[in-house]
Amino acid sequence: MQQIHLGGIDYSILLIYFGFVIGIGWGLKRYMKGSSDFFLSGRSIPAWVTGLAFLSANLGAQEVIGMAASGAKYGIMTSHFYWVGAIPAMVFLAIFMMPFYYGSKARSVPEYLKLRFDEKTRGFNAVSFAVMTVFSSGISLHALAKLLELLLGWNYNYSIAISAVIVLVYIFLGGLTSAIYNEVLQFFMIVFGFAPLVFLALRDVGGWTALKAKLIPVATSQGYAAGTWTQSWAHMGGYKENPMGADWFTMVAGLGFVLSFGYWCTDFLVVQRAMAANSMSAARRTPLIAAIPKMLFPALVILPGMIAIALHFASGNQFLPLGKDGTPDYNMTIPTLLAKYFPTGLLGVGFTALMASFMSGMAGNVTAFNTVWTYDIYQSYIAQKKSDHHYLWMGRWATVFGIVISVGCAYLASKFNNIMDMLQLVFGFVNAPLFATFLLGMFWKRATGHGAFFGLLGGTAGAALFHGLAHTNGTEVGIKGGWIAQHFPFNSEMAQNFTMAIVAWTTCFALTILISLATKRTKSDEELKGLVYSLTPKPETAHEPWYQQPVTVGILVLIVTVTLNIIFW
Amino acid sequence: MNFDLRFPIGIMFTLFGGMIAIFGLATSGNDIYTLGLNINLIWGAVMLGFGLLMLLLTWRGRKKNSPPRR
Repeated sequence: MQQIHLGGIDYSILLIYFGFVIGIGWGLKRYMKGSSDFFLSGRSIPAWVTGLAFLSANLGAQEVIGMAASGAKYGIMTSHFYWVGAIPAMVFLAIFMMPFYYGSKARSVPEYLKLRFDEKTRGFNAVSFAVMTVFSSGISLHALAKLLELLLGWNYNYSIAISAVIVLVYIFLGGLTSAIYNEVLQFFMIVFGFAPLVFLALRDVGGWTALKAKLIPVATSQGYAAGTWTQSWAHMGGYKENPMGADWFTMVAGLGFVLSFGYWCTDFLVVQRAMAANSMSAARRTPLIAAIPKMLFPALVILPGMIAIALHFASGNQFLPLGKDGTPDYNMTIPTLLAKYFPTGLLGVGFTALMASFMSGMAGNVTAFNTVWTYDIYQSYIAQKKSDHHYLWMGRWATVFGIVISVGCAYLASKFNNIMDMLQLVFGFVNAPLFATFLLGMFWKRATGHGAFFGLLGGTAGAALFHGLAHTNGTEVGIKGGWIAQHFPFNSEMAQNFTMAIVAWTTCFALTILISLATKRTKSDEELKGLVYSLTPKPETAHEPWYQQPVTVGILVLIVTVTLNIIFW
Repeated sequence: MNFDLRFPIGIMFTLFGGMIAIFGLATSGNDIYTLGLNINLIWGAVMLGFGLLMLLLTWRGRKKNSPPRR
């Protein structure tokens, strides 16, 4: 792909944006008086801000670059990540889980596990989460620097240094509040940067009806039915009927239930935003406020991918750059569209939005890391009875070494791609069973600490064992699976991962129940008040207007989501 | 915390929108910059409008929260 040349106005927009980002951190510095201000924003943020930050913390490279790539590769079926996965999970979090996270006064998700279960369960979750966040941050940093090198010819080392320093400065100064405020800024930047791209690309292709017609040869040339790229459910009857290689059960149970609920309901990176809200009502509304734009995001990130693959086929494979194997390089979908449709001026906004998405993903990981490190590792195991000022100081330095480790991981990813694949895989083993632990912990008072801990270990081992026995056709044995034997063949890696998640979750769920029944309860009903559904008074919402009642708004959000599924059936 | 996020958002988008709209005006008629739409002018105006709306909301919020005059 040809390099893109930014004009003076484009660079001005980029520099002004960085100035605002650091300026917000500077403006918030004087409010950081204690550790609660730095790690929890003093629980003082209004719902509209935490809601947009909740959404934006997830708007990293994976979302913007990855979903557009999936839109090109799989078509409208990619919307299952939103309309089957994210939205129901966000509604569940708002209605059922936020009262425990917020009401228990836990300062982090691992701390909730300590209050509900025991120290070893918290330790396992805290350490695995802390390691995972700095590696994820490093991968995001590497992807950004690689993209800037490829598109603009920028030096890889300078890109890493500039991005890392900007994120470091604004988090070091303003803590979680600075990250949250900048995530809202990034949200608007991404919407304003990509909305005209969708408008111009859709106009170029001749509108939605013309796009549907142009996607027919994309599907039929690969042996699928004509509407496969524009119908989300009609071709989910069997795994051979669609490019995702998954049937409806694998999609609903693996992606919709295990992976999505596991991510949106238990990942501290996103839950931390809701925990910073200024009231229980605001904390519960946070995921619902995020769910409203999230429902419409497929139009912003998946539709461009569908348009790009239609243009690619219509132009005789000339539109997207080709990979070494001759297939389109799907990850270049968004940059290719930016270069084609945006003139100097708007190109600056588009590129700033792209950089903002990478940086918000990185900042989200770093703020989650510094909180879990300080509260769940440092304060719990290393220095227990220090002053509040000491923990504030540690949080700031955790930000520094979190960023330094992220930079190290970025260089590791650039040298040894397989190491990062391996780490991502191990994180997958650890994360898949996690939702079973939380579900039983919150809704079954008989679940014990031993049950939770060994259930988690068993679920992780179950995921690893399944991975060793499953294999995707056409991929190398080893990191892609099948390293013990190849008993379970799959048509796509995605279907293999969804099935692995189902196995891990089921193993953890069953083991936690069995071990809990075989071990004694260590927490009384009184101790579990505020931590378990049946023992906790329900939050009173009748006095609030209908649009602030989580159940009412949640039902409305689900009705719209079902409608979207039906429209694009 | 006395920090209204709508204010920096309003300033930033007013600035970006204004810059891009003026650039679009200055380069109108120049084919290099135009599916034939002057997208810089159109989208710059949209961003400018959003920025001004945010500033208006900030001003109204401050007016509402300020103590009554004697």
